[in-house]
Order: sequence, then C-alpha cells, then structure tokens
Amino acid sequence: MQTLTQRLANPTRFMELSARILPWITAAAAVVIPYGLYLGFTAPPDSLQGETARIMYIHVPSAWLAMSVYALVAVSSFGLLVFRHPLADVSAKAAVPLGAAFTFLALVTGSLWGRPTWGTYWVWDARLTSVLILFFLYLGLMALRSSIEDESLAAKLTAILALVGIVMLPIIKFSVEFGNTLHQPASVIRAGGPTIDNALLVPLLVMAIGFTLMFVAMHLKAMRNEILRRRVKSLQLAEVARAQATQLAAAE
Amino acid sequence: MDLGPHASFIWSAYAVVTVVIGAIIAWLVVDGRQLERRLADLAARGVKRRSA
Repeated sequence: MQTLTQRLANPTRFMELSARILPWITAAAAVVIPYGLYLGFTAPPDSLQGETARIMYIHVPSAWLAMSVYALVAVSSFGLLVFRHPLADVSAKAAVPLGAAFTFLALVTGSLWGRPTWGTYWVWDARLTSVLILFFLYLGLMALRSSIEDESLAAKLTAILALVGIVMLPIIKFSVEFGNTLHQPASVIRAGGPTIDNALLVPLLVMAIGFTLMFVAMHLKAMRNEILRRRVKSLQLAEVARAQATQLAAAE
Repeated sequence: MDLGPHASFIWSAYAVVTVVIGAIIAWLVVDGRQLERRLADLAARGVKRRSA
C-alpha cells in the first residue's frame, strides 16, 4: 500500500490533487483572516501596552511562519538529499521566498511595535539579530540557487545550506530565555501553558490559523507554478532538440 | 476607531502586511498564468512531453 508521500511523488498526481484542494484552502483563509481581524480589533486593549498590542495579531503569526516555513524548507531538503523525493526540491524552492517574506514582515511589524513599546525601532539583541540572520539565510538560499546554472547541483547545494541553517531555529526560540533581549519571553507556546489572557489569545490563535491556511495556499500555488516552469523548460529543450534533428536530417 | 496616540504605528504595520501579502498573491497568480500560456503555446506548436 502506498504512503501519502509516495502517492504525491508523481507531479501529475500532485497537480490534480492540489487543483482540487487549493480553492478550498484559499476560501478557508479568506474567511478565517477577516474573522481574526474582526476579533483582534474588537478585543480589549492590552493592560500594559494598550492599543499597540493589536500589532501582535499580525506580528506573531508572521514570526511563527518565519520559523515553521524554514522547518518545512529543511524537511524538504532532507527529503531531496536522503529520499530523492521528486517533489522535495519543488517544495523547498517554492517555500523559500514565502519564508523570506514572512520573516521580513515579522521584522518590520516587530520594529513598528517596538518603537512605541521600547522607545526604539531596533536593538542588536539576541532575538532581533537572530531573526535578521534567518532573513539573510533565506536570501542566501535564493542567491545560491540562482547563482548555479546546473539545476540539480543547485538544488543539492541549497538543500545542504538549508539543513546547516536549521541551527537558527532553536537559537531564535531560546534567545528570549537565555539571551540579553528587550523582547518579551514566550507567552503562548511555553511549558505551563499560555500566560496571555483568553480575550487576546483567541484572536491571536484565529489569526495564526488564518495565516497558516494562507501560507499553505501560497505554497501549493508556488509548487504548482514551479512544476509548470519545469515542464515549460523541458518542452523548450525538446523543441530545440527536435529542430536540430530536423536540420540534421535535411542536411543528410 | 480610535487607536490612541500610537495609531500610526498600528496602521503602518497592517499596511505593510497587506502590501507584501498582496504582492505575493499577485506574483503567484500572474506567474501561474504566464506559465500556463507558455505551455499552451508550446502545445499549439506540437511540442509534447515524452510521458504524454
């Protein structure tokens, strides 16, 4: 009996399946995110930070995605290097720019939250600096891939760099526990449960679900585009080969 | 809606997220359409995949 990953290993089957589920995931994100925004803007202001805490409803989901998308890139890279799964590189390549975008959003929204809360847009502390390094790591993955013409080699080297870079995830996660930082410690995903009040926690979790659904939809679409891109390239190569064969036959 | 003295920071954060996410969605949709058009052009010229 085939496993799910074996069934999805066929790009044609993936295209059929993703075409069926993509509209549903997109619709779910389009419903959940506005609902989360409604909850977020009708929730009471934070007792300490006041209205500025409403930035949390977009900052925290972006930051969670910045890290979890990198974990997805690393798992996909592992799948390419170890199992040679045909869709693993497609998944990694499609996820990297999306992860870079969510990391950028986490940095910018955090900076805009930091100015009224800490009195500064930026400090070179453990949490902020480690997330900035994650952003540069995403850019490095894109730059490395685009700098190598041989796509197979580029995929393997990018996968190796992605696996090395996974060391950033625990550094970011625990930077607020052990590092010198202005950033508050974890208040949702922590031992002992969330410390945040339900009135603020529920909108935050709804937004996190909405952002995750949105990412899944974006990732599926980006994977579909990447498969189409590879088909276009192989067809163009086939067309060139056919033209060369025709010329050769005519010359003989 | 009165978001207090720091409203500009809150609206700026939401505006940046809207612009970036909107740009990604637009890029994904336009890229997909262009690729499908190129595939259709190639198919119209009789170029086929070996597995097809």
